[in-house]
Amino acid sequence: MPEGVPLLKMENIGKEFFGNRVLYDVSFSLMPGEIMGLVGENGAGKSTLMNILFGMSVIQETGGYEGKIFIDGEEKTFKDPFDALEAGIGMVHQEFSLIPGFTATENILLNRESMKYNPLVEVFGDRFKTLDRQDMQKRAEKAIDTLGVALDPDTLISEMPVGHKQFTEIAREIDRQKTRLLVLDEPTAVLAESEATVLIDALKKLAAQGIAIIFISHRLQEIIDLCDKIVVLRDGRVIQEARTENTNVRQIASWMVGRQISGEACPDEGKERTCGDVILKTEHLWVDMPGETVRDVSIEVRRGEIFGLGGLAGQGKVGIPNGIMGLYISGGKVFVRGKEIKLNDPAASLNEGMAFVSEDRRGVGLLLDEGIDWNITFTAMQIQEKFIKKLFGGLIKWRDDKAVTKCTEDFIKALEIRCTGPKQRAVELSGGNQQKVCLAKAFAVAPEILFVSEPTRGIDVGAKKLVLDTLRRVNEESGTTIIMTSSELEELRSVCDRIAIINEGRVSGILPACSPAEEFGLLMLGHVGEGLAEPVPAGNGRC
Amino acid sequence: MADRNKGSMNLKNILANNAVPIIFIGLSAIAIPISGFSGTYLIQEMLTRLARNSFLVLSLLIPILAGMGLNFGMVLGAMAGQIGLIFVTDWAVSGVSGMALAALIGTPIAVVLGYICGAVLNKAKGREMVTSYILGFFVNGVYQLIVLYTMGKLIPISNPQLVLSRGYGIRNAINLTGVRHALDNLIPFRISGIDVPLATFIFIGMFCLFIVWFRKTKIGQDMRALGQDMKVAEEAGIPVERTRIIAILISTILACYGQIIFLQNIGTMNTYNSHEQAGMFAIAAILIGGASVSRATITNVFVGVILFHLMFVVSPMAGKELIGQAQLGEYFRVFVSYGIIALALVLHAWRRMRAKAEARRSLRGEE
Repeated sequence: MPEGVPLLKMENIGKEFFGNRVLYDVSFSLMPGEIMGLVGENGAGKSTLMNILFGMSVIQETGGYEGKIFIDGEEKTFKDPFDALEAGIGMVHQEFSLIPGFTATENILLNRESMKYNPLVEVFGDRFKTLDRQDMQKRAEKAIDTLGVALDPDTLISEMPVGHKQFTEIAREIDRQKTRLLVLDEPTAVLAESEATVLIDALKKLAAQGIAIIFISHRLQEIIDLCDKIVVLRDGRVIQEARTENTNVRQIASWMVGRQISGEACPDEGKERTCGDVILKTEHLWVDMPGETVRDVSIEVRRGEIFGLGGLAGQGKVGIPNGIMGLYISGGKVFVRGKEIKLNDPAASLNEGMAFVSEDRRGVGLLLDEGIDWNITFTAMQIQEKFIKKLFGGLIKWRDDKAVTKCTEDFIKALEIRCTGPKQRAVELSGGNQQKVCLAKAFAVAPEILFVSEPTRGIDVGAKKLVLDTLRRVNEESGTTIIMTSSELEELRSVCDRIAIINEGRVSGILPACSPAEEFGLLMLGHVGEGLAEPVPAGNGRC
Repeated sequence: MADRNKGSMNLKNILANNAVPIIFIGLSAIAIPISGFSGTYLIQEMLTRLARNSFLVLSLLIPILAGMGLNFGMVLGAMAGQIGLIFVTDWAVSGVSGMALAALIGTPIAVVLGYICGAVLNKAKGREMVTSYILGFFVNGVYQLIVLYTMGKLIPISNPQLVLSRGYGIRNAINLTGVRHALDNLIPFRISGIDVPLATFIFIGMFCLFIVWFRKTKIGQDMRALGQDMKVAEEAGIPVERTRIIAILISTILACYGQIIFLQNIGTMNTYNSHEQAGMFAIAAILIGGASVSRATITNVFVGVILFHLMFVVSPMAGKELIGQAQLGEYFRVFVSYGIIALALVLHAWRRMRAKAEARRSLRGEE
């Protein structure tokens, strides 16, 4: 155990966003030269914790935080990121913060360039000093040397492989002489394995020089390879703090996901479920959805099944329905009832009897300024010509307002949509009721295959239950095949027959919903077939 | 094989990136022989027009550097310059000292207008061009109010030749006899029958040196940075808004001087129209020179001014020779100006979209 005054000590940190508590009483300390791994699911509170440490404005704007931060045993409060930089904390964010048309040197020294005096400075001020390119080159080379990687200081960022961009970011923090603590937020997420290895070696070198590192990653093997200790966050609490030599991937994974698992997961176990033949099949599907890129997904969904798509945020699970429905550019092959469908054409997908309840409720899902009735019937009217009266043999198409109102009233009753009537504007409804309208819109086309994406995000518990029950009922009564995307594993496990876990744009595994949460946790972290005590045989679902 | 492929790709890229100037060189090559103008005449014309227009066009460079696109707000600077010229003409200060005084009067006005423009554009990030364009119209209204109603009334104008017959307001056309060719002829220089406005070119040369030097300064580097990615620049601690205001400020002040140089060459001032054309034609010129909304060089400026004015000089004559109508040339010029600006904006949007798609291509599952 290292001794002495810790470089960083966070004590009893807590944070609340508008009454929603995201951090409880988090404490840890870090010695100089120590590498700490910080792991946890999305929403576990990692980002909030780091935002507090880095003095991000979002923390101040939402009412500050509780607890204390000590640097070298001295209490500090950071009002903005520049305070944190001043105290020697450097942060490398998940998204690159680089100027594409600048060289590595220019980026490493961004806004800290070496400058030369000239007489015009007297008139116009310091910003009219000219840049000292030679000295800049020297400083950049020094920072790159410290990192110990092969990076050409004269290459433009736009022409670099991803790994080199990451190195440039880190070199920038190193050039700050003050930097003693480096926070890296998923630095390897975008790197190939070989690049990640180089990065890990470079980080070890930095630590050997006395720089402390907080390393956030979902790749647990890397954490074990690199870190001295790990802190596991779950639901805003420190669940476990351990030395890495005393633990393993499987243990960490179970710490991360291991909630109290009630019998809820498989509610109707034992009850026979019959599923038909394959209704939807994808082959090497890729989807270019920013932030949710799908790289290569091949899945088969059977008729009448409820199929779950799970995984961590940003890994691509949301991209799959969006790609199949033609909302983002996609490629590969998608078959419905064995027939290949045309991609990148929303109308074609709708015509095949597929419907989509988007995760982007307010953007894609609803016509916010229109009434509930129009929202519910719009797609059906457009695609299937329901609610339409034809005059003169179809020459003129007339909206059948009576049918529209009738249908809307039925849905309002069935789904318990709380509203003043069919004409109320969608924008005035609460999140949960908006979601019900979205579902009603999908049900109105009576789809054979229904995609629902994050159906319970941002809605209250009561509405959640109703939404999930409705999905189950529609599946049972109308035999609708449902493909449900959700970030909440427990929710998927309570509704679905099988769940595919998507990691880095690929299927890392498909398990029956009754498999232990731990197995899903490992898949989410990309540990395919690793650490599984006894592999679950495929096809052991309820179908 | 791969190398040859790369070579042809490069050639294709060069052609694609310089399509606009190449088209214009082609058009000129056809129109020059038809027009029947002599080489000496054309060279003389081009030198005069380079001297006349380059300074104005150069003033567009710095906002482009700072990622603010084509500064339609340079019209504001032109108005400031014109107000200076009105006073100088009224006070009958002539020659270079008259121009200097006009610049001196115009500068504080340009500073105020430039600051306002910069501050407004900071509220309209990403839509700088259309905002500055409309802002130009608005300030034009203020300019008209001042020049048409207050000059001769609240603001004393003594020279009756400047004032409308009703007793206030400035006449539509002002004869700038005092400053006409003051700078152009300051250093008389004649080479093989061609007059070279040497002093003006020295000024333009100094301006070019200023821009080259400016790019090497800290503030120039900051502008390059925020021109490419405002968010990253902000995170690095660069004062984004302040820097953007400075970019517009410099551009507006230089446009003020540019308009004074422009009008001393023309010799008459169209009080209510001269500035309006200044922005549109300068922007058309720089685009014809191969610049884009996000990238422009000094070379673009000179190539653009020459090609644009070559069209201007040659096409009426070519039109007359071909169809018997000189009007066609003027029509063609205006038509081309607007067309080229529209094309540049579309190309810019298209390229940016393609670059984004390209950047994400590596993430796709395609082999």
